Amino acid sequence: MRRGDTLCFEKAPVIRAFAAVGGKREGRGPLRRGFDRLYTDNYLGQPSWEKAEQALQSSCLEQLLQKAGLGPGGVDLVFAGDLQSQCTASSYAMRGLDAPFAGLYGACSTMAEALGLAACMAWAGLGQQILALTSSHFCAAERQFRTPLDYGGKRTPTAQWTATAAGGCLVSPAGQGVRIKAVTFGRVRDYGVKDISNMGAAMAPAAIQTLLHFFADTGARAAQFDGLYTGDLGRVGSRLLAKLAEKEGLELPLHRDCGCLLYGEGPESIGAGGSGAGCSASVLAAHILPRLLSGQEKRVLFMATGSLMSQTTFLQKESIPCIAHLVELESPLNGVKEEEE
Amino acid sequence: MNFVWAFLVGGAICVVGQLLLDLTSLTPARILVLYVVSGVVLSALGWYGPLAEFAGAGATVPLIGFGHLLAQGVLESVERLGLLGAFTGGFSAASAGICGSLTAGVLAALLFKSRDQN
Repeated sequence: MRRGDTLCFEKAPVIRAFAAVGGKREGRGPLRRGFDRLYTDNYLGQPSWEKAEQALQSSCLEQLLQKAGLGPGGVDLVFAGDLQSQCTASSYAMRGLDAPFAGLYGACSTMAEALGLAACMAWAGLGQQILALTSSHFCAAERQFRTPLDYGGKRTPTAQWTATAAGGCLVSPAGQGVRIKAVTFGRVRDYGVKDISNMGAAMAPAAIQTLLHFFADTGARAAQFDGLYTGDLGRVGSRLLAKLAEKEGLELPLHRDCGCLLYGEGPESIGAGGSGAGCSASVLAAHILPRLLSGQEKRVLFMATGSLMSQTTFLQKESIPCIAHLVELESPLNGVKEEEE
Repeated sequence: MNFVWAFLVGGAICVVGQLLLDLTSLTPARILVLYVVSGVVLSALGWYGPLAEFAGAGATVPLIGFGHLLAQGVLESVERLGLLGAFTGGFSAASAGICGSLTAGVLAALLFKSRDQN
């Protein structure tokens, strides 16, 4: 059922299985135990960073199918995306999977976009096993969006660190697993930020917009949720989100950011936190979904934000259009507990 | 004492670069260009020569020193060749540095593979 910008599923599709794989730095971060596979060599035995990202996504796909007990022939549709221009990491990885494929580009918001679309398709009965899968690779992204690593450039303190990670979910119309209750696809917002080293600031207005839409559409209040996870606003963007929320009279005490969670506050902490299409995807699969499955959290909002510029528009000094997609997730134990009480 | 001054002057020049990186949104490439161009200007004004004499490699090795070298090369060539010297002088003076860095670049690319910063 549609309410404003929000699509509410009366019969909620479920995330039947999920998987996360990561690289070296992710393997030293606080979420390392949640990953299904971690690589210590970020080349993954490949000759280039771009091929390494394809391998990373293929590896995640393999883990996911294995956990779901599904053969490659069992997949009805794949929504996949990444940061490489023309979405190549996904397209090349999909050579290895003989299944219908729709490539997506939503920058760091891609996982929420893919999950939202997968949920819509599953709800509509257009597929039984629908995959949502995204990846990113630090070294490939640096080459594309900043400077090649060989150049040895120094990074600014507000720059986020593109995660070398991939995450995926298998969505089905019914069954056991975390339920997808609602999806709000975001609207593009552009407040004139031009600095690609400060994307958190660019994305915060899009994030608050989507959040306000969701609350207005559903009548829900922030206090009804156990967590609000944003995908990659980083530390700088998170502070801005809190400020913007305050202005709107919204309190978000349970807000956490995937970019900050992935590397934590310890020795792996990075100036502004992590980012990239693989960041929110892997945090979702390595941290958020396990917590929902175990009932530690009952209802959460997963909102991934994306900066939708390209290297060309950046060089032409265009500002950064941003978007935020929101997915409401519910623990399979949510209803159960209420009945007990 | 020569070493101390070379260290202090060279270090100070690098500190300025670091501050530009940390406090402004200038990209590294822009700072490099800024350094070379300011070296040319300072040298043309006759201010950098005395510093280079005083601090030696501390002033000639950082990128400003490269701009200084370009400017001095042009001045010398103009004296010998006239206007044509304005076109040839910079590269003649810097040829050793440019060829050296190109050769080093090719060798490094052949022998090594880039790694991540993790």
